Amino acid sequence: MSSVLRVENVTMQFGGVVAINDLSMEANEGEIVALIGPNGAGKTTAFNCITGVYEPTNGAVYFQDKPIAMNHPSGKMKHEYAGEKGDMYLGKHIRMTPDKITALGIARTFQNIRLFKSQTAFENVLIATHLRRTSNVFSATFRLNYKEEAAMRKHAMELLDVVGLADLAEEKATSLPYGKQRRLEIARALATKPKLLLLDEPAAGMNPQETEELGAFIRSIKDQFGLTIFMIEHHMNLVMDISDRIYVIDFGKLIAKGTPAEVRDNPAVIAAYLGVDEE
Amino acid sequence: MKKQPLWKTLCCVAGVAIIFFLAWLAEETQGASSMLVTVLKKGAVYALIAVSMNLLNGFTGLFSLGQAGFMLVGAYTYAVLTIPLAKRQAVYQYYAGGCITVEVNFIVALVLAGVVAAIFAALIGLPVLRLKSDYLAIATLGFAEIIRAIVQWDSLGPITNGSNLLKTYPTFKTVMSGSTVLFPFIVSGICIGIILLLINSTYGRAFKAIRDDEIAAEAMGINLFHHKQMSFVISSFFAGVGGALLAMYQGSLQANAFKSSMTYEILLIVVIGGMGSVSGSVIASFLFIACSEWWLRFLDNVTYINDFQVPLLGSGFRMVVFSVVIMIVVLFFRQGLMGDRELWNLKIPKRKAKQEVTKA
Repeated sequence: MSSVLRVENVTMQFGGVVAINDLSMEANEGEIVALIGPNGAGKTTAFNCITGVYEPTNGAVYFQDKPIAMNHPSGKMKHEYAGEKGDMYLGKHIRMTPDKITALGIARTFQNIRLFKSQTAFENVLIATHLRRTSNVFSATFRLNYKEEAAMRKHAMELLDVVGLADLAEEKATSLPYGKQRRLEIARALATKPKLLLLDEPAAGMNPQETEELGAFIRSIKDQFGLTIFMIEHHMNLVMDISDRIYVIDFGKLIAKGTPAEVRDNPAVIAAYLGVDEE
Repeated sequence: MKKQPLWKTLCCVAGVAIIFFLAWLAEETQGASSMLVTVLKKGAVYALIAVSMNLLNGFTGLFSLGQAGFMLVGAYTYAVLTIPLAKRQAVYQYYAGGCITVEVNFIVALVLAGVVAAIFAALIGLPVLRLKSDYLAIATLGFAEIIRAIVQWDSLGPITNGSNLLKTYPTFKTVMSGSTVLFPFIVSGICIGIILLLINSTYGRAFKAIRDDEIAAEAMGINLFHHKQMSFVISSFFAGVGGALLAMYQGSLQANAFKSSMTYEILLIVVIGGMGSVSGSVIASFLFIACSEWWLRFLDNVTYINDFQVPLLGSGFRMVVFSVVIMIVVLFFRQGLMGDRELWNLKIPKRKAKQEVTKA
């Protein structure tokens, strides 16, 4: 099993707030890995560090063993991070913009849905196929790329079919019900032809039945598109049901990792979710 | 998206042909110097400029106010390159006939006008497009003013003729025998057609994605700077061509006319027509030009009915009315005439369905 994503000693600090503290995670090919933790634990911040929205204060992120982010603070702060390995990333700086990271093969969905509001469901997916274009602006304007254009449209329609929105293709994206907007976001992410799919709370706002369907759906797209899936989720049933491994963070720190069964019985996890007994 | 049915495309082609024919007919019947023909000519020029601005402001979501600057660059490029060599001595009388000794065909000069404006945009875009919203507007407005000042700079006189008039270059009256109105219609028509093709291509969709949500667009692999730069350069190319057309319309050219108020006029057209609607911009530009040049002219004239002087009417009152119109549009009709729809995509409301509802 080759490593698809490796997050190494990542610390993310905003002013005085340490949102993520020395976090290391890994996802191997074909796995479904879940990242869980109480509200405000730093899960979405971790996603933003992976996708290049934020630049980590310290640490590195590797995608398919190639670094996509690496940073170390200079000056007197340098030993405050990453303990004894404080100098590990010193003098190395790699920063990629989100579009480059997406081009490498990491696609994501958003916790608070970010669809293109003025566009139809179909156009939302079609926009994401723009990334793998071969045409330039001249050939696209004068329709010299009509074959590619037709292929893009076909691909987008197929993806809508996969997520079960083919009959709603012409609807405005924002007029779809909540659960379908989430599926549309997944279709849009798939249109960039990713190898790693990051799902940020895909089941938020869904009822138990929808959640169960979503679990089967995530498994099926993983197999169909040969994906590795890394997801943030709050629905414990879903997480325990579909993930191969789970990382638990609290206050930005990794407090547990392992298979669902191991994590379920871990006292630190129970403490983080339910609070510590005072006695 | 479903493919456009053939009849719809044919209808559009026929519609454009009819408009061209009517414009030609208007000139044949009304004469070349009539008010109607003047409005048609200037309207066609402004339509192109407004659509180019809409590409940037309405479709890519970049609030830029540099349009007048790029028009100025285009207009000067055109004029400087097309003044006949024999007449240079007279035009550049203060600068010993100027230093440019080439004269190119007016079609070539029109394209070059766009190219030079696009080069300026590419250079200006490098620093400016990293800014957002209001800051971008201020920066582009500043650049437009700087360009205007530089063109009037005395040391550049041998090229730009300083702050003096440029004239005797080919105009609408001279480039096409028999008709003055068809040339601007043809050039604007072709340019707007190209912009429409661009907007409906995969790049146009990427522009709209950036307008709707920059963060999501970037996460979908759209390189923000690259696409913004592209939109900025293309928009400026057509603004440059539009500026050259405006120079052709006016017959003589002076940098002083390309003030920021000209950009605001175009912005007003874009807003009235609807941000994100090409057909809206075209309709609004003809309406705007007709109002400012023709229909509302009476507001500026002191008028007597028998012995009674109509109150308020007088020099400058037209602008007051305009300001009120702007305020009404901004307050109550924020969508403009067309919103983000196009004339050819409008759905005819189903009357039958409505009647059934009222019966029930």
